[in-house]
Amino acid sequence: MDNIWLQIALAATMGMMLFFLYPRAKQWMQNGPKAEQGDWMAAVIPLLAVVGFVLLLIMLV
Amino acid sequence: MNRFNQTIAQPAQSALAVNKVIKNTYMLLSATLFFSAIMAMVSMFLAMPPMAYLISVIGAMLLGMFVLPRTANSSSGIGVIFLITGMLGFGLGAILTLYLQLPHGPQTIATALGGTGVIFLGLSGYALTSKRDFSFMGGFVFAGMLVMIVAIIANIFLQLPFLSLAISAGVMLLMSAYILFQTSQMMNGGETNYIFATYSLYMAIFNIFISLLQILGVFGGDD
Repeated sequence: MDNIWLQIALAATMGMMLFFLYPRAKQWMQNGPKAEQGDWMAAVIPLLAVVGFVLLLIMLV
Repeated sequence: MNRFNQTIAQPAQSALAVNKVIKNTYMLLSATLFFSAIMAMVSMFLAMPPMAYLISVIGAMLLGMFVLPRTANSSSGIGVIFLITGMLGFGLGAILTLYLQLPHGPQTIATALGGTGVIFLGLSGYALTSKRDFSFMGGFVFAGMLVMIVAIIANIFLQLPFLSLAISAGVMLLMSAYILFQTSQMMNGGETNYIFATYSLYMAIFNIFISLLQILGVFGGDD
């Protein structure tokens, strides 16, 4: 990433993305549905499977 | 009697609408991924410099923020989504050209591609069949995205290899969670626009592929 202007343009675009996402994040955090019992476990298991799968791929390559 | 019929008809209509959104989303997603792959091959054939990746990502992000929301409810939204995914595919080609020059480059690319496919199909299949509503992850996913964007902005200038790797790992997990969330949103009627749904899932797949490519590029092929 040698071109400083490209770096600045990318940072500015990411900054805009931050500005766009913030209201949505705030709304989901304040008014989004809350997890029920067992919900987080049901989400964490596939995410741990993804971690395990990536570790397997690292060993394979 | 009439009221009774309505209560049966409404969930049936809603289920039909949900099925239509899911079907259209996966069809459009397949088409955009195919188009993206063709654009990546074009970019590799032209031997585009790495700068093309940054320009494509900036252009696609601007289109995603300013043009797609204005066109997603009309047929022109389909043209915009193909433009975005085509640009990202073209940019990706420049990165793949770099990886192909590495000793284990072709193997790393193939593994990252296969791995991304398995992760996406596995998570989508899980979200579609588990009957659970993962909408509760919305706050976590969007807050995580904000943190990741701040870290990415910092690392554009700092260029710390360790932070770059941590960002890749974080983005991969976050996008995996986002696939569960987005698929659940489509199933439960939270997302009714298949163009937005396609854009979201495409971005998740794209980010997982790029992150996995970087992780495998760093850790893989030490023999």
